[in-house]
Amino acid sequence: MQPVATTFFFYFLAAVTVLSGVLVITRRNPVHSALALILALLGQAGLYLMLYAPFVAGVQIILYAGGIMVLFLFVIMLVSIEKSQKEEQFNNMWIVGLLAALALGALFIGVYVKGRDLFAGREVALPEQSNTQQIAILLYGNYMFAFEIASLLLLVAIIGAVVMAKKRI
Amino acid sequence: MSLAFQASQALPRGTDYLRILPELVLSIFGMIIMVLDPVVDQRRNQKALGTLALIGSLAAIASTLWQARAPGLAFWNMVQVDTFSVFFHFLITTITAVVILTSYEYMEVQQIRVGEYYALILFGAVGMCLMSSAVELVLIFIALEISSISTYILAGFRRRAAISSEASIKYFLLGSFATAFFLYGVALMFGATGSTSIPTIEQHLRSGSIPVLAYVAIALMFVGLGFKVAAAPFHVWTPDVYEGAPAPIVGFMSTAPKAAVFAVLLRIMFQIHAPGRLGLIWVAAALSMTLGNIGALVQQNVKRLLAYSSIAHAGYLLVAFAALPQNGIPSAMFYTASYAAMNIGAFAVVSHFGGAGERYVTLEDYSGLGRRSPVLAAALTLFLLSLIGIPITAGFFAKFYVFSAALQANLVGLVIIGVINSAVAAYYYLRVIVVVYMHDPRDESVLPAVPLELGAALAITALTTIYLGLLPGRVLDYASRSAGDLLH
Repeated sequence: MQPVATTFFFYFLAAVTVLSGVLVITRRNPVHSALALILALLGQAGLYLMLYAPFVAGVQIILYAGGIMVLFLFVIMLVSIEKSQKEEQFNNMWIVGLLAALALGALFIGVYVKGRDLFAGREVALPEQSNTQQIAILLYGNYMFAFEIASLLLLVAIIGAVVMAKKRI
Repeated sequence: MSLAFQASQALPRGTDYLRILPELVLSIFGMIIMVLDPVVDQRRNQKALGTLALIGSLAAIASTLWQARAPGLAFWNMVQVDTFSVFFHFLITTITAVVILTSYEYMEVQQIRVGEYYALILFGAVGMCLMSSAVELVLIFIALEISSISTYILAGFRRRAAISSEASIKYFLLGSFATAFFLYGVALMFGATGSTSIPTIEQHLRSGSIPVLAYVAIALMFVGLGFKVAAAPFHVWTPDVYEGAPAPIVGFMSTAPKAAVFAVLLRIMFQIHAPGRLGLIWVAAALSMTLGNIGALVQQNVKRLLAYSSIAHAGYLLVAFAALPQNGIPSAMFYTASYAAMNIGAFAVVSHFGGAGERYVTLEDYSGLGRRSPVLAAALTLFLLSLIGIPITAGFFAKFYVFSAALQANLVGLVIIGVINSAVAAYYYLRVIVVVYMHDPRDESVLPAVPLELGAALAITALTTIYLGLLPGRVLDYASRSAGDLLH
């Protein structure tokens, strides 16, 4: 199927992502920030879909908009909202942050102007249907070992969480 | 690419497993310890789990030696066993064994009764070993995370001391940040060359003009790895974390993960002929040496002093990365081995002398140690002299090879900075020795006897320090062969 109105959808999703990103850092109520973050992550997932990466988009929604957001909300539940609303939202490091953001922006503009020359000089094929299957074949084929050893990483992380949460050792 | 699942291609063979044998052995022993932990009565039989871990690391050393006879690639070019990986496997597993030896007494004195401690050391060693044999950036990243997360947790094991939890949290937050930098670099490298496999990246960078993105990728990866080896300007976490973490663990994390990360850096800098290497390394090495030594001058806490000294040593080691590959690689490898011996030894003394709750860690506490415990004082003196770089200790040849490699690459400026720094460093190491021998003891109480295991650890590290200082030839030859394998 030929894609329709890609330009419109790109700018629409980009605008949603950027605007909700701004909301995340400007809202005083942390719950509002968290909800805006969900929106930003969903916008990003939409952008992945437009790049023919349904698997990444799905993972983005399940992991970030799903799992990690639940964690965020749990933490918010544990802190007192009234107190956090009165606290100062920006400390005096904002100038440094602004400079870093401007530098990053300049970098992006530079990349935009230079265009594709920056990347490896080959067009990546966009297989519309088989994207997820190809990831699966790589994951259980050539990358099998990395995939399996990641389980050890998870085991270590679980042990760490349990050890750290123990009252006394 | 055909979508059919090719069974013949997707099944690992026996040799594949042989090439990850040390990692397998370590993980299996780690899991056995985890399972036995609730069964074993910790109060009475505290040493059992430690002994199991020790057997595990010795088995890993044996399997490394066995593996060395069948070098080659495994798991579809993800893992490569050659003299280079064997060198680092041997080093890391030996460090693990010695650190376990130094931990026995410490765990008893501090009343830490958890088997997870030993399991985490073994799991961390799995990650570190894998870092030295992986030739795939994705796998290197996962291995780096296994090693890092284990050390974050181990840093927080002194639960009675708030300073230890502080160390753990600080290390964790900054470390995750650094890992993100590394991962970003890997992603950009993939963008620049279309691959995450180190040999493929090397071919790609060699064949055509080097894309700008590759420079950025190398710089970002260097930021991530530079953090892990405590190189300036990414060193700020080091003193706080080393001060808070348990002393045997500081000995572990200042040597084993560093050796592993230096192995990765050697691969990235030399095997793929990293663009922009010289500038990056020059700045980081000069800064690390200078800031580390200046910081160490004013320290009163011995653990913090050794922390700053480890920053400075990361700087000396980085000098080798600016040299030509054929002598830069062996000198860097020799340095990691010598540094491991002397630093673990020094921290073994610190952990024994610290006592319950690590009470005695300031320089004043060490006054008169020479009279109170001549053996301990002699061992400490040997390690400190080696850290200065006095002849007939490992530290001398380590520095000598690094600086002569740098001179052959015409890095006169860097060598001058290094030599001046070595002179400055002598001041604060000698200050400790002066306090140990010349000052009157503040406290005449009898020190607890050095237990057998700690004595063994001290003997191994001291003998290695002297052996490398007298007969560096064999290790250096092996390192040179590894360099040949790496560049081949």
